[in-house]
Amino acid sequence: MASVILSSPHGTRPNRVDRVMLQVILALIPGTVALIWYFGWGVAINMVLACLFAVVAEAAALKLRGRPVLPTLNDLSALVTALLFALAVPPTLPWWLTLVGIFFAILVVKQLYGGLGYNPFNPAMAGYVFLLISYPLAMTSWLPPQMLADHTLSFTDSLRLAFTGMPPEGLGWDAITMATPLDTMRTQLDQNRMIEEIRSSPLWGDFGGRGWEWVGNWFLLGGLFLLWRRVISWHIPVSMLLGLLLTAGFFWSLDPQTHPFPAFHMFSGGAILGAFFIATDPVTACTTRKGQLIFGASIGVLVFVIRTWGGYPDAIAFAVLLMNIAAPTIDYYTQPRVFGHGKGSR
Amino acid sequence: MLTAIAAFAVLASLFGLLLGYSAIRFHVKGDPIADQIDAVLPQTQCGQCGYPGCRPYAEAVARDEAKINKCVPGGEAVVLTLADLLGKDPVPLESGEDKPKALAVIDEEECIGCTLCIQACPVDAILGAAKQMHTVIASECTGCALCVAPCPVECIHMIPIGEDPGSWKWPYPASVHHPLPQLGTA
Amino acid sequence: MQQLHASKTRQRLWRFHGGIHLPDEKELSTGRPVTGAPIPAVLTIPLRQHIGEPAKPLVRVGDRVLKGQRIAEPQGYVSATIHASSSGTVTAIEERPIPHPSGLAGICILIETDGLDEWAKLPMPLDNYEDLDPDVVRERIRWAGIVGMGGAAFPTSVKLNPGPHQPIRTLIVNGAECEPYISCDDMLMRERSGLVIRGASIVMHLLGARDCLIGIEDNKPEAIEAMCLAVAKSDIKDSACVCTIPTFYPSGGEKQLIRILTGKEVPTNGIPAQIGVLCQNVGTLAALAEAVLEGKPLISRYVTLSGRGIEKPQNLEVRIGTPIKDLIQAAGGLQGEGRRLVLGGPMMGFTLDSEQVPITKAANCVLALTPDEAPDPGPALACIRCGKCAEVCPANLLPQQMYWYARSKDLEKVQDYNLFDCIECGCCAQVCPSHIPLVQYYRYAKTESWAREQEKRAAGHARARHEAREARLIRLEEERKAKLRKKKEVLSKEPAAARAETGPKGTAVAQDPKKAAIEAAKKRVAAKKAALAEQGVGPKNTRDLTPSQQRQIDVAEKRRAAAETAATQAAGED
Repeated sequence: MASVILSSPHGTRPNRVDRVMLQVILALIPGTVALIWYFGWGVAINMVLACLFAVVAEAAALKLRGRPVLPTLNDLSALVTALLFALAVPPTLPWWLTLVGIFFAILVVKQLYGGLGYNPFNPAMAGYVFLLISYPLAMTSWLPPQMLADHTLSFTDSLRLAFTGMPPEGLGWDAITMATPLDTMRTQLDQNRMIEEIRSSPLWGDFGGRGWEWVGNWFLLGGLFLLWRRVISWHIPVSMLLGLLLTAGFFWSLDPQTHPFPAFHMFSGGAILGAFFIATDPVTACTTRKGQLIFGASIGVLVFVIRTWGGYPDAIAFAVLLMNIAAPTIDYYTQPRVFGHGKGSR
Repeated sequence: MLTAIAAFAVLASLFGLLLGYSAIRFHVKGDPIADQIDAVLPQTQCGQCGYPGCRPYAEAVARDEAKINKCVPGGEAVVLTLADLLGKDPVPLESGEDKPKALAVIDEEECIGCTLCIQACPVDAILGAAKQMHTVIASECTGCALCVAPCPVECIHMIPIGEDPGSWKWPYPASVHHPLPQLGTA
Repeated sequence: MQQLHASKTRQRLWRFHGGIHLPDEKELSTGRPVTGAPIPAVLTIPLRQHIGEPAKPLVRVGDRVLKGQRIAEPQGYVSATIHASSSGTVTAIEERPIPHPSGLAGICILIETDGLDEWAKLPMPLDNYEDLDPDVVRERIRWAGIVGMGGAAFPTSVKLNPGPHQPIRTLIVNGAECEPYISCDDMLMRERSGLVIRGASIVMHLLGARDCLIGIEDNKPEAIEAMCLAVAKSDIKDSACVCTIPTFYPSGGEKQLIRILTGKEVPTNGIPAQIGVLCQNVGTLAALAEAVLEGKPLISRYVTLSGRGIEKPQNLEVRIGTPIKDLIQAAGGLQGEGRRLVLGGPMMGFTLDSEQVPITKAANCVLALTPDEAPDPGPALACIRCGKCAEVCPANLLPQQMYWYARSKDLEKVQDYNLFDCIECGCCAQVCPSHIPLVQYYRYAKTESWAREQEKRAAGHARARHEAREARLIRLEEERKAKLRKKKEVLSKEPAAARAETGPKGTAVAQDPKKAAIEAAKKRVAAKKAALAEQGVGPKNTRDLTPSQQRQIDVAEKRRAAAETAATQAAGED
């Protein structure tokens, strides 16, 4: 009589969660380097702090829940959440806001629901939204890209900013911060300026804001790497970007002077990061193929709607969270036809 | 203000009449909830829940007088089904672990033919007559053990049913990491 | 659905959803030609080796049996005959461990072989099967105990009788053998292709099928060559076609192979006969041909012994009932440490605790896997909902959803997600990054669902009996009341004095009626026993027993003793 029954398959299983997560982290490297290059050390400091806080929070939560700590930490999912969070928040963010945001993301959004695989909402985005709504000023104080900046912050300046909230000697807060291109575009459109007029400023590059669009390109490279390694499938990124582009294109064709060119949307803010890294989070996205197309397209449309008519300049986080709510329903209604059911023969 | 009071009074009486009429016109005979609960129970009529049979227990649960975790032969499966049916939270079995199913067997050397066990069996699974040998019809026995106590010579034993490959069930995968079955020497 | 074209023959091919590529590991065991395994000292032949009712023994302990002699007959329609695989003496008919994932035992006929391997008198070959009534041929197949040898072990004579309202147009010969390590069908096709094709010809004749498609994966070029030659020389060369299919798991599954070769899908809960197709394994066809054309019953089969835990992996021709221990010895024994013994392939087989289990008609492969080949899966992590399982499922199910509900034991919901369409191929568990034992969850859900179905039926039956009993008791009560009423009427006319006599006596007896009745009963029984003993007659049922009766009693006593010790142990543990 067998003491323990072990079921088939019996063999090696090469696929592992930590390998999947590691590949995502690798894919983030090009974009991260670009972000640090354009916006300084604040990004790196945020990433280090976020990773540290995430690991601490997850370990504490697992201990309290009586779950094995090291094997779960080893699946690297906390690190991925931390990195995505750090890439979304401004480089000037004080250290304690990073702490609050990460603790909310890991403890409340992820662990309270049951840990990896059980959370209905994307933790990084939920943490970001939590901070955005609670601390709007700190969360919208971005830095200008390095080629447009009057004063760039050195490493020690950035450290001081992160830990004490004090800008460097002799510089005021206004002197070092600048709104994002999306923010600028939005405020100026609200002031009834025309697109042509707005784009005549040196802030703008070919598509989006200077510097910003290059960051988008490098994240795109990472996203293509993930597609090649089959870590993600093309359904969500393509449908999201198409949803965004087509909607933006439609409205741009109606009135080119009050709606920016569609490519602007793709290369601004977190659109590419969102399409390849955030919306594709397997735990919170749809799992059926048809469902993923609907999910991605809806995020794209929502991003455009919120950016154009909503209350916040960047909408990736909100769009993703809204569609996370709908994901299980979409999955339920897009089940594939099972072999042998319905129309079966040729 | 008088019009307000009058309006309220008229509306209240109208709705009251409507409700009263519906209560009589659409009254449901019997107790459909109790029927549904009874359909879930295993019908061993063993009384281990504290009620004299499955139907009385079903009716007690329907009236919210009894907890849903009292059925011993039903085990965890019945608790979960009842929880789902009634919208309650599942609770662990009162009796602890699921007990393995057993069948009653009469020791023929000891039997004195008193028919007390025949009268006790709720599903008439014992064959016999006064001063004749009694025997349990194994295919009809539900394992309720109500026949064991009345027997004056204690000749009835509950023998657990062994598993055979046909009725064996794959176990629920354990969550704890388990070792592989090791082969010693060839 | 996309279409492919086979390279060898111009036969159109289709694809099914999902599936995975696996390293096939076939070269391990195909290097040596097939040899016969030596006759074991004891043959352990289970009575249940097939789907359906177990066979009923025809022999008794102590009988001498010859090779090919019937030792058990089918019980009911869906059942199969069992033959002795070698000559010897029947030493026991009792419970022995059988190859089953539970490790439980089943009734087996044990034959101690005498080494002579003497054949019994076999029936006449049916060379002229084409002129005979198909029922005669089917009866021969049933006599020979042929069952599906691809693993399912369904009685072939039943399968070949789909009935007049399910005409079969296409016979599909399953030579795909898609699971890694297994190569017995490959070797059979290389060495006995003629026999396989003759079997196909017989089946086509029986069913009146129009064409025959032989599906072989492209990693078996020698087998394809051999089968093509055999087809060219046979009488079905115009209707049969060897189709090379891409090496892909699980192409060898019956439903999947039918889909690849014909593009049709077997309806859910249905059988291929409903779409005019019948599928047979090459081993079954070879055995069938031997039965019809040579009168030989099914008593041996090719078995692959493979895995890097075996010294000399190879294929052996094995007599049914040979213990696996003997086969491992014939293949050079085990090597290395910590090997896992698996019956079947690595994707769908089950682990064995003991080497004493015998080879049955359905056992196609024995694997000894080293820890490198089959490492410890480790603890299962949380499902990250990546959807890889749904990508590879050949039945196009949502394994993820089935897993969530099976885990929370919500069996109705699992069935809503088409649990019983799952073919348990293992593709989902193979690709799962969290190493969740998905197939075990589905197997648990299936067996649990069946058990609950069974319990529900039993409960309904018990309820009906209970209600009938209640009704009967009420009726008896009514009758008793009616009688009492009548009696009262009669008594009320009697004088009161007659009633007073029974008064005092009545009260004395009433004090302890139960105890007195018990004592009286006991006295009666004791008196009866004593009276009989005086006459020199003991209780009828404990004297003058025939040996077989005594044996039955011994078995029953043993079982009772074992059950009692088990009961006391269980009571002690509680």
